[in-house]
Amino acid sequence: MARRLPTGGSRIDRSRPVTITVDGETVEAYAGDTLASALLAADRLLVSRGIYSGRPRGVIGVGVEESNAYVQVLDDGHVDRGGDQGGGGGEPMVAATTLEVADGLAVERIAGRGWLSTDVDHRRYDTLTTHCEVAVVGGGLAGLRAAVAAQAPGVRVLLLDDGPVLGGAAADLPAGSPAGLELEALLGELTCEVLVRTTVTGSHGHGRLVAVERGRRLHHVQAARIVLATGAQERPMVFEDDDRPGIMLACAAADYVSRYGVLPGERAVVWTAHDAGIHAALELAAAGTELAAVLDVRGSMAPELAGALDALGVPVHLGAEVTGTDGSDDETGRLVRVHTSAGSWDADLLAVSGGSNPAVQLFSHPGGRTRWSDEVAGFVPDTPAPGQAGRESVVGAAAGETATIPGWREQLTPPAAWFRSSVGDPERVFVDPHRDATLHDLRRAHAAGLSSVEHVKRFTTVGTGADQGRGFGVLTVGILAQELGRPVGEVGTTTYRPPYLPLSFGLLAGRNRGVLSDPVRVSQVHDRVAHAPMENVGQWKRPWFFPTADETGPGAMDAAVAREVAAVRTGVGMMDASTLGKILLQGADVGVLLDRVYTNLFSTLKVGKVRYGVMCGPDGMVIDDGTTARLSETAWLMSTTTGNAASVYDALEEWHQTEWPELDVTITSVTDQWSVVAVAGPSSRFVISALAPDLDVSAEAFAFMEWREAVVAGIPARVMRVSFSGELAFEVNVPSWWGAALWDAVAEAGEPWGITPYGTETMHVLRAEKGFPIVGQDTDGTVTPHDLGMSWAVSRKKPDFIGKRSLARDDAQRPDRRHLVGLVPVDGRTRIVEGAQLVAHGADLTAFPVAMAGHVTSAYPVGHDGQPFALALLDGGRDRLGEVLDAVDDLVPLAVRVTGPVSYDPEGARRDG
Amino acid sequence: MLRIPCPHCGERDETEFHYGGEAGVDYPADPSALADDAWAAYLFLRANPRGWFRERWFHGSGCRLWFALERHTVTDEIRSA
Repeated sequence: MARRLPTGGSRIDRSRPVTITVDGETVEAYAGDTLASALLAADRLLVSRGIYSGRPRGVIGVGVEESNAYVQVLDDGHVDRGGDQGGGGGEPMVAATTLEVADGLAVERIAGRGWLSTDVDHRRYDTLTTHCEVAVVGGGLAGLRAAVAAQAPGVRVLLLDDGPVLGGAAADLPAGSPAGLELEALLGELTCEVLVRTTVTGSHGHGRLVAVERGRRLHHVQAARIVLATGAQERPMVFEDDDRPGIMLACAAADYVSRYGVLPGERAVVWTAHDAGIHAALELAAAGTELAAVLDVRGSMAPELAGALDALGVPVHLGAEVTGTDGSDDETGRLVRVHTSAGSWDADLLAVSGGSNPAVQLFSHPGGRTRWSDEVAGFVPDTPAPGQAGRESVVGAAAGETATIPGWREQLTPPAAWFRSSVGDPERVFVDPHRDATLHDLRRAHAAGLSSVEHVKRFTTVGTGADQGRGFGVLTVGILAQELGRPVGEVGTTTYRPPYLPLSFGLLAGRNRGVLSDPVRVSQVHDRVAHAPMENVGQWKRPWFFPTADETGPGAMDAAVAREVAAVRTGVGMMDASTLGKILLQGADVGVLLDRVYTNLFSTLKVGKVRYGVMCGPDGMVIDDGTTARLSETAWLMSTTTGNAASVYDALEEWHQTEWPELDVTITSVTDQWSVVAVAGPSSRFVISALAPDLDVSAEAFAFMEWREAVVAGIPARVMRVSFSGELAFEVNVPSWWGAALWDAVAEAGEPWGITPYGTETMHVLRAEKGFPIVGQDTDGTVTPHDLGMSWAVSRKKPDFIGKRSLARDDAQRPDRRHLVGLVPVDGRTRIVEGAQLVAHGADLTAFPVAMAGHVTSAYPVGHDGQPFALALLDGGRDRLGEVLDAVDDLVPLAVRVTGPVSYDPEGARRDG
Repeated sequence: MLRIPCPHCGERDETEFHYGGEAGVDYPADPSALADDAWAAYLFLRANPRGWFRERWFHGSGCRLWFALERHTVTDEIRSA
């Protein structure tokens, strides 16, 4: 630990050594160190390299203003409490100055660009929401004063600070100093809630802040009042070869002494534009750094500061400037000599301080406007965002207030100084070392005619690195203003947008990852079918197919589906249909509402009957279909497709509430209240008869599209004669908690007929053979009921329904619109690919553009006749039956013949068994 | 993050709501009486002002009330309609 001082360091605990790894080499540190302080203590100055230039770079700052020292974290060394997964969590582009060390921390030095880890991030993240009366951002003196003033019984005040300790800059001053004394007093009075190591990364308007605690907890803070006490950040100045390891911000250099007991250099030249830099020089000297010279861009110096330097025998040069530097010949390229207008000195530290930037980012996020202040030599808050007026205030250094406490190092003092006249080679004056952007680049942007700071930023990439210009951004604006010959305030800053610091995706996700990333919905029958492979339908898990013990391997699904289809077509099958959306509509005017939302007539439906309906949007395009049963004079039960239940429910609510509130209708989602088992196939009547001996299931007594109340397997039920397969079928609806019992009873009662459970894939094959479209699969928001061949379901008599006017447009009646058709392979055996494009048979696929005639919407390897078949949307398809086209997938054409969409039982003879 | 005053539930986070576009666009009394361009205007054309805008919101993750409010499209200030 070559540079570690024998004593001192307010933030480190010398009794707790910590071992970290840098590029595979061990580095010793102390608890409380940052990676930057640990590297400086170990005299490891080379921390990164320029992204393009490859030039050696070191630590320049002490916090979030860091522009050079970004590393790749391989392992953050933190073991999650309560978790079995420790460490891990590689992360690119982490500032060494804000990364606290921990045993096991492993990093790699990089050249301006990290990489995303491909490992699973096992770290645990949380998100929390906090409501408070007052949120104070920043725990320096100004923030502490605000928090103490605001705290009162019953008033929730939250104080957030990004550092490990409160006090801000005052924490780095001697305890007995005026600032130190005030800090001690304020900490004694402070009773409010405090979050340290918590960075507020965004101010999102309406009193919302987003903050990150220790990189692991994302706080959404909703505050009635916000106090921004975010302080100020030290600003560099530029010169030729200003990027060598050993060139640092002056106050940052002094902070390494006070916080970490690390001496950043043995012999230093200090170049400053304000008093803070001189205070820093005196602190370095007190810690043992030999001051070769102090240069001040100003023409005079406060007598007490000049006297203090004189007492140390330090040469002071007023109005002087740094003109260049020399580096070592070894790979570290570290600073060895400083050239100035007043002479040259050997030095291993060049401490530079060009002033301070009030940290106005959070003020700017919601739209606050800043102005340039000559007095402060920085951009200060001017007009708060209109939405924040009366809610937000800025205090302390962030507001450009100049502290009045003697010895106050963070005092903001003019003038603005960016660089001096004799800059040397502009290609070696780095205005954004993180992006390797130089003064030459800025001048080139100017020469190219760019004058807006936003354009220059994008042209030169200044301020676009991981530090987002926190270190050099305002400096760039100053230089640009000088180049343009315009006032700094007129050039202005780029727009500050959240997040202030990078946020990891893990943080944004919190606990909502893996199985918790989205709710999983299962029916009450799920336990009975959970052994089957599942298909995700919206948030629902539905059995996909039910393979038998000998249906294994890649052909398992095809074999299972063929067997299940055959069972339904020739015997009987059963499926869990509970996931279909169910909406209960009650009231005197339900019929009126249904007449408006469905394309066909519903108000005439008799109690005990069921009707199929198609629903369109106002644009005439199909949004859903399903059946609705009339339960009584004033109650109707609508079914929707599984995936559209919520959107149909929302649409009904919207129309009812916003357009027709006068209708007596109450709409209730009852999807989860009912379990449904569909029993389908020619033998289904026997099964239902066995289960419900009191129900007359004859076709005469219980016709297609009717429903009956019955006791099924001892369970009160509604039985509906609806069919999505074309076969005789019964859907048994029971209160949801009876779902599993009903499933078991149906399976048992069906055994003599070989009842076969089937999944969604078989359901799809069965319905596709009947030409029943699935909304969202065979439709895509450009398809009308007529396009689907469902003109029979579109009323001509009703004066209006949603979509009717659009269907009357010429375009909706073009004969060459895309129609739903069927396809079969000409060779009778090759599978058609879902999504394949339809083109003219034999079309030259290399002659772009190839005219597209449509696309395949559903395709299945085998139908009832043993051949592959498909559904497709085809231009003018209904007039092209028998035509041969090519279905092209991945440039491979397959000859297909156009058929009608109904390939099975077109006369509908099977629905009564 | 907008804080939206639901008339029924009070102020809630924007994430509980769905946006419903411009308010006051009534479904025509007799769509069949409209010419194509008038119908297209109802379907597709909406105001997009820079400034105060009366718009609809749906408290879908709350009380499920549809309501209108005024929002300033530049500053995101909100006031009751």
